[in-house]
Amino acid sequence: MRAFREAVVAVRRAPVLTVLSVTAIGLSVFTVGLFGLTAHNIDVALADVERRVEVVAYLRDDASEELVEIARHEIESFPEVEAARYVSKVEALYRASRELTEFSDVYSDLEVNPLPASLEITLSPGYRTPADVEAVADRVTAYHFVEEARYGREWVDRVYDLRRVAGGGAVVLGFSFAIGAALLIGIAVRMAVLARTREIAIMQTVGATDGYIRRPFLVEGLVTGLAGGLLALGLTWATWATIDRTLISLAWLPEPWIGTGLAFAGLLGMLAAGRAVRHELRKLDVY
Amino acid sequence: MVQLRSVSKSFGRADPAVQDVSFHIRKGEFAFLTGASGAGKTTILKLIHMLHRPSAGEVRVSRYSSSRIRRRDLPLLRRRVGYVFQDFRLLENLTAAENVAFALKVTGTARARIGPRVQRLLGQVGLAARAGAFPRELSGGEQQRVAIARALANEPFLLLADEPTGNLDDRASAGVLSLFRNINASGTSILMATHDSKLIRQYGKIRVIELEHGRLVFDSEGGSNA
Repeated sequence: MRAFREAVVAVRRAPVLTVLSVTAIGLSVFTVGLFGLTAHNIDVALADVERRVEVVAYLRDDASEELVEIARHEIESFPEVEAARYVSKVEALYRASRELTEFSDVYSDLEVNPLPASLEITLSPGYRTPADVEAVADRVTAYHFVEEARYGREWVDRVYDLRRVAGGGAVVLGFSFAIGAALLIGIAVRMAVLARTREIAIMQTVGATDGYIRRPFLVEGLVTGLAGGLLALGLTWATWATIDRTLISLAWLPEPWIGTGLAFAGLLGMLAAGRAVRHELRKLDVY
Repeated sequence: MVQLRSVSKSFGRADPAVQDVSFHIRKGEFAFLTGASGAGKTTILKLIHMLHRPSAGEVRVSRYSSSRIRRRDLPLLRRRVGYVFQDFRLLENLTAAENVAFALKVTGTARARIGPRVQRLLGQVGLAARAGAFPRELSGGEQQRVAIARALANEPFLLLADEPTGNLDDRASAGVLSLFRNINASGTSILMATHDSKLIRQYGKIRVIELEHGRLVFDSEGGSNA
């Protein structure tokens, strides 16, 4: 409580310095926020593409509907499979005539429906890797009434590679931005501590313990960091809202990311303050 | 109570600031530590306050030894050894009373006891009526009195004063000296660094320890009390 009171007093005593520190932290965390927004939207877009990954098992014309239904249930119980939908020959023809309108005359003049019935198998999240898709296709092909299973191997490979590259890039870039923000937070908090070295020296001279001296600075660092984090959140939100309204539709950041970002800013503020005070204490005291 | 045994202190490659200095300050004693600027007076005071660690030798203050003291014991030592600076080192944004109270707050004194004690300390240094004044509203002599009251806040057994009259005119200096003599008379030992030979001559009975280029060149071993 004393530490909190002292931190409030310190903020009141040097409001300009506090505003400068909060702004510096806010702007540095804002870069992380912007990056997070970009990374999240790329992830959302890729996840949407990935969701379309499916295996289509074409069935022999002589396959009995009962057997196919039993197999469909069985396939749906695979951990990799989200759903398996039966598409009859009639439905396949109807879809084809609707989607390929330029051939509608051809389809209407047919005496025999040449399109096979099929099972359209969508995969669960986390099982959309090329290896999983191939494994499901292989297992499905093992049914004797399955003529062939297709899944667009090249397309799946490319989507998977793209996600991996995007994910790796996000980690590297995110880490770089976070380090940059951490350094800026460290400098901003250090400035605030340096402005009070005289006070620290006097406290030491009159017999204050290291813990007593350090605590208000830790609280101040935490509060400054959180305030900077909130400023960054506001700036990121304003940027998102502007782009979403005027340019393209964007997804807002997931809540856990926001919580992590704020905790990151607060924690860094506190750690930076602790480090700066410890440095000052060691500089003044040789024991 | 304070004992320096063959103490030397060097900073980097420069000539030693203090070389092979030994002396002893007894309980209740008042001594001047004198010498030209750069003679090592401030270094000696900081060694006693354990703001510096000796490069050689040992400093003993009460039960604390420079060679064995732990970092966590330093605040305990400093509560019992007051320090007065030439430039006062008051916090500009605090009033005289708050500056004195500051020394009590940081040492965990109960809030209810701080107010009466601050009043008594300011009364002792003759500034009871100026309790609400900020340092910028006080004269140099008054600021030094506030600094002395702050140094006395935790009832030290030893008061170290580093050129406390260096920034004061003759009248204010005499006032501070008179205050020190009263403090000493109540049992607190005082070691006062000064290069003011006129002042030392004025108080001829007080012990004088003289330094030159970091070496102890004279110790009058005068009367134990002024």
